[in-house]
Amino acid sequence: MTTVASEPRTTGRVSMLHLYGMHVRALLLETLRVPIAIIGSMVFPAMSLLFFVVPNRAVADDPELATQAVISLSVFAVMVSALFNLGLTIAENREKPWDPYLRSLPLPPAVRISAQLTATSALSFASMIPVLLVGALATAATASMSGLLLGLVVLAVTSIPFLLLGAAIGYAFPSKAAIAVIQVGMFGFAFAGGLFFPPQFFPDWLEALSRAIPARHARELVISAVDGTAPDLWMLAGALAWTLAAAALVLWLYRRDEGRRYR
Amino acid sequence: MTTLARLDSVTRRFGSTTALDAVSLEIRSGEILGLLGPNGAGKSTMLTLLQGRRRPTSGTVELFGGDPSLARFRSELGSTPQETALPDTLRVSEVIDLVAAHFPDRVPTAQLAEEFGFADLLRRQCGALSGGQKRRIAVALAFAGRPRLVLLDEPTTGLDVDARHGLWAAIRRHRADGATVVVTSHYLEEIEALAERVVVIDRGRVLADDTLDAVRARVESSIVSLRSPSAERIAELAGVVRAERLEEGGPEGGRVDRLDLTVGDSDEFVRTLVGSGLPFERLAVRGASLEEAFLALTLSDPATSERTPA
Repeated sequence: MTTVASEPRTTGRVSMLHLYGMHVRALLLETLRVPIAIIGSMVFPAMSLLFFVVPNRAVADDPELATQAVISLSVFAVMVSALFNLGLTIAENREKPWDPYLRSLPLPPAVRISAQLTATSALSFASMIPVLLVGALATAATASMSGLLLGLVVLAVTSIPFLLLGAAIGYAFPSKAAIAVIQVGMFGFAFAGGLFFPPQFFPDWLEALSRAIPARHARELVISAVDGTAPDLWMLAGALAWTLAAAALVLWLYRRDEGRRYR
Repeated sequence: MTTLARLDSVTRRFGSTTALDAVSLEIRSGEILGLLGPNGAGKSTMLTLLQGRRRPTSGTVELFGGDPSLARFRSELGSTPQETALPDTLRVSEVIDLVAAHFPDRVPTAQLAEEFGFADLLRRQCGALSGGQKRRIAVALAFAGRPRLVLLDEPTTGLDVDARHGLWAAIRRHRADGATVVVTSHYLEEIEALAERVVVIDRGRVLADDTLDAVRARVESSIVSLRSPSAERIAELAGVVRAERLEEGGPEGGRVDRLDLTVGDSDEFVRTLVGSGLPFERLAVRGASLEEAFLALTLSDPATSERTPA
């Protein structure tokens, strides 16, 4: 018997990219085989557009306001999906024994977390399609093809803080508490971020507050991408700050997590 | 011999309960180590610490020379999920492929399925499997990455006799191929079938760490209960491993103690007792529970325990 601590075998390496791909695939399969789980986040934003914007012809027939409304509800769709699907899935999985088992495998936290973010974004983008369809068919919203494509890219990037916040909520709370936190956060962000009610009509204090909300950053950045205008510095700085802060929070919570704790 | 993993005076508390209490243990290459103890003894906590899923409250846990909470030190560790853990919607082959993808030198899915007897189940969704089928797949997952150290937590709970023997044979085969195996159980039979070295733990403490034969000799003991005014002399008779004396008043104020004696061979002891001519009454013999047998192991000097009821 000796104290020699053996060196890990060096023959062969696991490709982190392959591992990431396997986790994304498994997560998507798990969700898509129970598709009812994602119906809610797919239908809700399109219904908001259909019931609140389409009947209001002053907005629906005005190309600028209608485009902004469709963009706002696309941001809302992606945000809801990110917060809800990711936050709730992670919170529920922590209460099941499969996730703890995966933690016993040689799986770096960043690989698991980014796979969860990727799988959820794929579903988030699916939830935006009904919004775009309703917007194109029933409102005067318009966008150039390049504006639309750039808008989608910017939307993908600006959804990252919501994904990270969803993951943070999932790691911080048990699932029942997570639902409450997500609902409060989701509607708070949506109203204060100008997704339901255009910020042009906000009183001054709310407009000032709104500029600190990630939903507002996402909305403004996507609008300027679609319009082809230059974004303001506060939008970029705000989105970046939320992304970095949320990423740091998730990594810390993941490392601290030991599954559900009962006392 | 190489030390693959080590616990050094590890304590782990959950709130006010202490699951492990200053436990030190080394896991050396090439052995099958049996962790034996009743439910709640701290066996599973010990495994979750080795897997890096939990951190010790104090003390250090080392796996392949490093901190098991870092993924790179777990690259040669295999373990089993609980059988209820397999994701219901994924197919068996998808679960095997996902787990095996974490290891550089994986066992092909078909070969693993053949060895653990579920080749006909690969296309099924895990939610459609029986408990025993899930159990076999869960154990197979531990071997999917050709690990050097395998942790098996209650591997055959809920399996029928044939399936249990099949799994034991597979575990022995991997041991022969060079894997080191830690197996927990609250079944003495399972530990006897597999282990060479046995660690007995109870209430978070290591009660014994010895060869299988040495532990088995102690565990196969009986409790002889009797009342006698000559308790001290009876406790010193040959064959007594441990004596517990409870003071009780005699019928006319004289001192009569009740004795619980842990003995290896109860027949032989009764012969010795009768032969000694010492007085006794109300003799009763029963098999020692695991807990009593383990308690006997903690006493290096036999026949010294004394307890006065409050």
